Amino acid sequence: MGAVAGFFRFWYNFIVGDDWTVAAGVVVSLLLVAWLARAHAPSWWLLPLAVAVLLLASLLRATRGAE
Amino acid sequence: MHSALLVIATFLASGVEMVEALTIVLAAGVSRGWRSTLVGVGAATVSLAAIVAVFGPALTLIPIGALRLVVGALLLVFGLQWLRKAILRASGYKALHDEDAAFGRELSAARAAGPVARAGLDWYAFTLSFKGVLLEGLEVVFIVVTFGSAEGALPLAVAGAVAALVLVGGVGLLVHRPLSAVPENSMKFAVGLLLSTFGTFWAAEGAGADWPGGDAAILAILACYIAVSFGLVALLRQRRASEAAAGGGD
Repeated sequence: MGAVAGFFRFWYNFIVGDDWTVAAGVVVSLLLVAWLARAHAPSWWLLPLAVAVLLLASLLRATRGAE
Repeated sequence: MHSALLVIATFLASGVEMVEALTIVLAAGVSRGWRSTLVGVGAATVSLAAIVAVFGPALTLIPIGALRLVVGALLLVFGLQWLRKAILRASGYKALHDEDAAFGRELSAARAAGPVARAGLDWYAFTLSFKGVLLEGLEVVFIVVTFGSAEGALPLAVAGAVAALVLVGGVGLLVHRPLSAVPENSMKFAVGLLLSTFGTFWAAEGAGADWPGGDAAILAILACYIAVSFGLVALLRQRRASEAAAGGGD
């Protein structure tokens, strides 16, 4: 059990890292892209915009009171 | 252009990780002897090559749309992790990576560890070099396999990584000390930008989006992310300066 938990913890840290909200935000954004694309609406703009917002939010959280 | 960016991304990512692996291998070799250290390097290299050989061709069996969605999403999340750390380093919120300091730490730890003989090897030197090369190399393998499978260009992605291996390994062999002159922090910034760019392109395409201009959109995404990242570095530097000024005034 410990080895299995360790395996998943390793891959979680490896891919997701310090801020899980960035990964969650990417998944939600991709669901929205897929939804827009299925409705035949332009959807290419959404992911770059989401990345900029997620990055800004994550960095502001990480640096809050970090001095 | 597209292929060139792909090779540059795998070359830079591999170069950065190999510089870090070289530091660990040098510390193990200098302090504990080269035989066990090199056996560890060899065992890790064979393990990494096996992972590429198994997962590289296996991923190409998945339909390209689903593959790009999953691989793109993973690459984007992974790339944003690199980019986030690079922005924190560039703005002064996180310490810059210092290869000489890392070498010093590894060297002291290796010298302090007692002798452990197992399977005819110095077990400390073997495990240190094996783990160092395997863990640093796993990031390279992840990037090579994802880039290679999503673009259907595994040989090209492997070529970028091998070029970095030959260059870093060759220079390391010649100078016999950590490559602290390599601009690692800037390289990590570039890798974060490239991983996030390709991840965005493939993931959105896999989710059903049509990029205006087709593959040319990659350059537009990259330009957009460069502008956003430099803007964030400037914003955080300003914030840090005002926090310091407020702290000094108290």
